[in-house]
Formats: sequence, structure tokens, C-alpha cells
Amino acid sequence: MGFLSEQPLDLAKLVAQVASPERGGIACFLGVVRDHHEGRAVLRLEYSVYAAMAEAECARVVAEAEAKWEVRVVLEHRTGTLEVGDAAVAIAAAAAHRDAAFAACRYVIEQVKRRVPIWKREAFADGTVAWVDPTGAGKPAERRPDAAPEVPAAPDPAGHTDWGV
Amino acid sequence: MTVSTASTVTVRVLLFASYAEAVGQASLTLTLPAPATVSAVLRQLRSLPAGARLPERPLCAVNLAHARLDTPVSAGDEIAILPPLAGG
Repeated sequence: MGFLSEQPLDLAKLVAQVASPERGGIACFLGVVRDHHEGRAVLRLEYSVYAAMAEAECARVVAEAEAKWEVRVVLEHRTGTLEVGDAAVAIAAAAAHRDAAFAACRYVIEQVKRRVPIWKREAFADGTVAWVDPTGAGKPAERRPDAAPEVPAAPDPAGHTDWGV
Repeated sequence: MTVSTASTVTVRVLLFASYAEAVGQASLTLTLPAPATVSAVLRQLRSLPAGARLPERPLCAVNLAHARLDTPVSAGDEIAILPPLAGG
């Protein structure tokens, strides 16, 4: 396995892993920690992961992409604490032609965000921290680091039990 | 302490991120009447003092794969209760 990495991601290394003489197109995606979230300044992100399932789910996503298109795909996701500008996820997809490479790369990042059990807590410039909830359901689970934990936000009621591809 | 027999199912439950913080622990063992489903695990979890902080229909996984609330669970299964995912 090894889709999770505690070390900085190296896109060039991933490109080298998928490159071969018959593959004329290599599409890459690099997801990077941005400096703001909903108008607030972000200092860093702390990733939390269900490692055993994340590895299994990443393997399933890559296998699906390689079954849908004639591609070779590699994927790595960071864990631990990341600063603004650090790469959080890196994908390289290589195919004979660009269409399959782009399609597979896009498929993999969308499925990773939808299915892989990884969470991140943002540390804001104003000293607060909050778990990121991309579903936007409920209020943000924001709290001071020294405050009692808040009730987590409710999940998106729609469609979250259907993981079909 | 409930002893696990053929008429009960003992499973390991994992909580992550905001849910682990809300409940105050990251893992626990639950014993349920057989046959059991993910939904039954959630009901028992939410009946615990801190468990009411969990939503009624969170994302769940059984043995490292996403599962529906009506997915059956067997003795020794690992049930994970997952907050909204935020990878990438």
C-alpha cells in the first residue's frame, strides 16, 4: 500500500512512476493548502485519517480509474500538520493520449474527496480551530482550543449512503 | 458486562475527528442482540451518555468499506462512524 504519506509530496516522483514510452499524456493534480476559508485567514491544517480504510479506499479508487480508462494512476495524500502552500494530495495519470489521462485524474480526485476517510482541522489566524465540514450542514464546529468540544454538525441527509460508481 | 453468545453480536466501534471529540473516546466495544445492523449499532451508541451528540444518520463503514445503515454486522466486525469527509 502506501497512499498516505507523512513526508512532503513529490509530484515529479509520481510522474516518473507512471511515465513510459507508450504513454504520451500525463495529467497531474496537486491539491495545496490555501490561506483562507469562508473569508477567514488560515494558518495551517491538521489532517486526521482512518488509515486502514483510507488505504483500502484509495486502492479501490485507483483500480476503478485503471479499469475505466487505459491509464496508469498513482496517488498520494499527506497526513499530519500542513502549512499554507504545502501539497495535501498529488495525483499523476498517464495514458496513450490526453483525454484518458485528464479524465482519470479528475475521477480520482473527485472520488478521493467523496470517499476517502480523511478529515482536516483548520487553525485560523484569530486563534480558533475548526473541523472542516464540506457538506456545509449545520453550523461550523468551531471552538477555542481550550473550550469544551461542540456537538458535531449533522451530515448531509442526501445521498451519502450510495457509494456506487 | 455482557457475555457474547450466539444470540448476541459484539463489535468494535471506531470514532474519528469531531465525533471522537464529541463522544470523548475514539473506540469502544458494543454488544447487541443478533441479528444486528449498522443502524442498531448507531442506536446503542446514541443511547450512551455522550453518544446523543452523534447525528442520527452519519456516514458509516464496516470492515474498511462504506456501508449503509441497513448493512448487517457480524461478531468481530469493525464499525466506523465517519464525520463529513474532508480529504484532498
